[in-house]
Amino acid sequence: MSRIKSTFDRLAGEGRKALIPFITAGDPDVALTLPLMHTLVEAGADVIELGVPFSDPMADGPTIQRASERALAKGMSLRKVLELVIAFRATDVKTPVVLMGYANPIEAMGLEKFAATAAQAGVDGVLVVDYPPEEAATFGAAMKSNGMDPIFLLAPTSTAARIAQVAEIASGYVYYVSLAGVTGSGALNVEAVAERLPLIREKTGLPVGVGFGIRDAATAARIAGIADAVVVGSRIIEEIEKSTAETACANVKALVADIRRGVDEVKP
Amino acid sequence: MSQYNFPDAKGHFGPYGGVFVAETLFAALEELKAAYAASQIDPAFRAEYEYELKHFVGRPSPIYHAKRWSEMLGGAQIYLKREDLNHTGAHKVNNCIGQAMLARRMGKPRVIAETGAGQHGVATATVAARYGMECVVYMGSEDVKRQAANVYRMKLLGATVVPVESGSKTLKDALNEAMRDWVTNIHNTFYIIGTVAGPHPYPMLVRDFQKIIGEECLTQMPEMVGRQPDAVIACVGGGSNAMGIFYPYIPFDNVRLIGVEAAGDGIETGRHSASLTAGVPGVLHGNRTYLLQNEDGQIIETHSISAGLDYPGVGPEHAWLKDIGRAEYQPVTDSEALAAFHTLCRIEGIIPALESSHALAYAAKLAPTMDKDKVLLVNLSGRGDKDMHTVAEKSGITF
Repeated sequence: MSRIKSTFDRLAGEGRKALIPFITAGDPDVALTLPLMHTLVEAGADVIELGVPFSDPMADGPTIQRASERALAKGMSLRKVLELVIAFRATDVKTPVVLMGYANPIEAMGLEKFAATAAQAGVDGVLVVDYPPEEAATFGAAMKSNGMDPIFLLAPTSTAARIAQVAEIASGYVYYVSLAGVTGSGALNVEAVAERLPLIREKTGLPVGVGFGIRDAATAARIAGIADAVVVGSRIIEEIEKSTAETACANVKALVADIRRGVDEVKP
Repeated sequence: MSQYNFPDAKGHFGPYGGVFVAETLFAALEELKAAYAASQIDPAFRAEYEYELKHFVGRPSPIYHAKRWSEMLGGAQIYLKREDLNHTGAHKVNNCIGQAMLARRMGKPRVIAETGAGQHGVATATVAARYGMECVVYMGSEDVKRQAANVYRMKLLGATVVPVESGSKTLKDALNEAMRDWVTNIHNTFYIIGTVAGPHPYPMLVRDFQKIIGEECLTQMPEMVGRQPDAVIACVGGGSNAMGIFYPYIPFDNVRLIGVEAAGDGIETGRHSASLTAGVPGVLHGNRTYLLQNEDGQIIETHSISAGLDYPGVGPEHAWLKDIGRAEYQPVTDSEALAAFHTLCRIEGIIPALESSHALAYAAKLAPTMDKDKVLLVNLSGRGDKDMHTVAEKSGITF
């Protein structure tokens, strides 16, 4: 059983919802990523989404764009991200790690080589933002044959037919993008998300994570009331931006622990 | 090549093209695909498009025999397809009219565009004014500085120009930013992409709105010289003017199709924009195509004297035409393009765009190797008024 599935199964048994924080690997510095990953776990992360920086992050807002630029300026690359995962696995064999990024760095490495190396490094799932299911048959197969979960996005504009199409190829969980826009954009409408989730659940038995626009414990609590997982990205990046290398881990820990409290307010 | 029928239903040109976008954009592309398909079987749409091209743009654009230049070169006869004579001074407007008409048909009152040199931005601002639409143009902040006159033209036409500060602050970053606007404002916004790149259906749709260039040539060349040309030459950045003139010629096996890429300071220097000559396939801006990238798959900064060719990718159909050998792609440096620019000014009394000057430079290399009864057709895709500043600077002149 995949680490992602066993995590969601365990949480379901405990009547809890998952917290999935996102950070960009190499932001603000390569040396800080590993301590930040452990910090996220200490603060209550159930799954870590690790961003693979790309020069042209078309689906991301300014916050994650800046994180990518900082990481690339520090020499971060897909190869180094996989080295970080190996280092993380040296002391944490429990927390699932999902890589999130764009197709080109993966294709530059070669899909098969990437899949084999990532699986060996201890990666559990991969979300390629610009691989919709139409273009992801080879990718999905390569993930599954290496024991990893291909994670896919769903949007408010996804039709029932497309949700079914995603359900067919996805595993691990599906990531519902809560608003039309890029990462880090404006206000999230919890009611609109709540209206949409039954259709998704009708098409897939996979856990549903919700992200884009979740910035505090209160919103996290409301999303945890309707979804299986709460994904928080830009808000954590902002915290890293505001911090120095010395204070980053402490500040991120306080923020994520607070959001964790929000997620755990939801009782079965 | 009579069997050529691309893209397939999913937007693929062989392994290239496709729809590599986040789920958030998918529905909008489906909507666009449906609206485009419906427009193509609507005779009223076609009639209005043709009316606009005739009366607003001034088509058909003439073909001009560059006699003095051909004599000077001492070989093949060079003919110029005069897209520079279009309203707004380049081929870009053909596509903008088509897409603005689609936007209106889809009930989208707001159009957005990306621009490098500013030509596509100006063309978009022009048609937005013509149809009474709100218009926002994204432009890299480096390009805003380099192309101040075009920025002012867009503002005169009522558009809002948004300088983009991310990444390399050039065309590719403007494209990223326009995509972000589109995904956020999908309900009321139509994204007018300026070249034959981006996710399906854009490469097909832009080609179809530009193929009028080649279709006119198919009629005009026999009228002028009694036959079709031996070669058709066009510059390629994203590649819309080249696709526009190449596409109708694809079935004519005896007509060589030659795309000319910007070699900048020279391919060997690494400072260029020649993705087909020096790139490898990858995924950027919604499609798979040849890209200039480093070994980690990061897109690298490009260089060309002409902002319109300064792009790290290329339309997927060009990638396919290269692989199947139907078209060939040749690099031309900044200095070769500049030399052709000056020659055309002085010998023919035509000031060409620096983009088009790349195609002219290759014609000047090729013509002397051919007999005098051979015929080269060059797409003079735009006029050079916008480039006065760049050219003057190269000559050490400031206004």
